[in-house]
Amino acid sequence: MTGEVAVLGAGMHPWGKWGRGFVEYGTVAARAALADAGVDWRDVGSIVGADTVRGGYPGYVAGATFAKALGWQGARVASVYAACASGAQAVNTARAQILSGLADVVLVVGADAAPKGFFRPAGGDRADDPDWLRFRVLGATNPTYFGLYARRRMAVHGDTLEDFAQVKVKNAALGALNPNARYRKRVTAEQVAASAVVADPLRLLDICATSDGAAALVLSSMEFARRHGTADRVRIRAVSTVTPRYPNTVLDLPDIATDSAVAAEPAADTFRASIARAAYEEAGVGPGDLSLAEVYDLSTSLELQWYEDLGLCGEGEAAKLLREGATALGGRIPVNVSGGLASFGEAVPAQAIAQVCELTWQLRGAAGDRQVAGALVGITANQGLFGHGSSVIAVR
Amino acid sequence: MVTGWFTGEGEEFRLLGTRCSACASVFFPREDAFCRNPGCPGGDLEEVPLSRRGRVWSYTDSRYRPPSPYVSDPELEWRPYALIAVELESERLVVLGQTVPGVTVADLAVGMEVEVVPGVLNEDAETTWTTWHWRPTGVTA
Ligand SMILES: [Zn+2]
Repeated sequence: MTGEVAVLGAGMHPWGKWGRGFVEYGTVAARAALADAGVDWRDVGSIVGADTVRGGYPGYVAGATFAKALGWQGARVASVYAACASGAQAVNTARAQILSGLADVVLVVGADAAPKGFFRPAGGDRADDPDWLRFRVLGATNPTYFGLYARRRMAVHGDTLEDFAQVKVKNAALGALNPNARYRKRVTAEQVAASAVVADPLRLLDICATSDGAAALVLSSMEFARRHGTADRVRIRAVSTVTPRYPNTVLDLPDIATDSAVAAEPAADTFRASIARAAYEEAGVGPGDLSLAEVYDLSTSLELQWYEDLGLCGEGEAAKLLREGATALGGRIPVNVSGGLASFGEAVPAQAIAQVCELTWQLRGAAGDRQVAGALVGITANQGLFGHGSSVIAVR
Repeated sequence: MVTGWFTGEGEEFRLLGTRCSACASVFFPREDAFCRNPGCPGGDLEEVPLSRRGRVWSYTDSRYRPPSPYVSDPELEWRPYALIAVELESERLVVLGQTVPGVTVADLAVGMEVEVVPGVLNEDAETTWTTWHWRPTGVTA
């Protein structure tokens, strides 16, 4: 397929609360990815940085910040911001440059040093900013939106608190096997149930933490990969960056209300489902072809929602899929074998890149104890605040 | 803080949105610049009161004090408030809001009827910031 790019290298800085700057994390991840690729930094034609807006001014120019840290060498540079989808847009920018012939080898880097506790909007009185308004007018934090989705699933599909807890139990067990994960201890359903309620019905252990962390990829043209002599290479076959379609009728971060469906009928599938559908169409694969999926488990119940949005099961059947063990390691379609955000925490610009790192290691058969046997096709899925889609399909 | 989002007192209290004269789309919070329906040629946006009653789409609460710009007195013990997302049938949209004080998640259920009432978001010596609250119908507290 002509639209493919090769993944030559993947690297991470371990996630946690390290108390250092995002540039340091990103540079460690970048050097790891370059070493993994066997590519000299001076031979990289372009660098794309996924921005953090919490690192102060340098965060807005992440590409150049990482280029300077690695040593100026004259590469083409780009920086992208799309909230949680920043990493996917960075991958997409790199892919577009490669496919258009602007660059042969591109380094993609995302890193963050996250604040403790709730994410919050930038300072000042900004009544024209929906993110500022939802905090000021309603005190609506990210977990309150996750709580709304969870309660809605319980009412409509009959999901239970025990189902939500089992997502955490599954992901914590997998995170325990991942040396890059922040949390590496198994968790029991009793521990989830005993943790404090944050936003009814979700508890502390249902919701992912904020973390420091970084991830990087070295992408190249297929021609460069062949010359480079990488056999059995991992390829990126689709990157979905779609926006919602009007009217968007599922209440979503950071909005106070949905669009009205008075004048136009909502599309048959929701925004999240459309993100995955665009990726499947571009890659020419379907849910039945997948070996594994890495999805944004910002909360345990949100992971269940993604099962349905990815088409792993029908609407309302996610809890059943989980209970059957289909999404565990060894199941029909393992989800978040990396341990997910439950084990990593959020490092916003790095997350979508980290998901592709996990696919890369899995598709190479190099994921150690958490390896999905015979992995051939993997998908990532998340969405960025303000209507940014993010899904990547990689194949071996 | 937010001008033109609600009006009236007591039984007359209403959320205010805008409606496109060309396609009838309703916007809340109010959209005064351009109609956002991509299939609409664009019409004048006229202020309209929203339905007073709706049904609970979902609900949750905030057991930890939210960060600024939410305003709360750090000297006072944090008291969680509930949030309800309410489906308005005739506008075909969902609007989020806090419940009236005293109504907790234990009092709520998806599908329950609620109505909009005036409320106080916070106040200091000089200013009282008013807002809207959702209250289950039949509750007069
Ligand atoms: Zn219109």
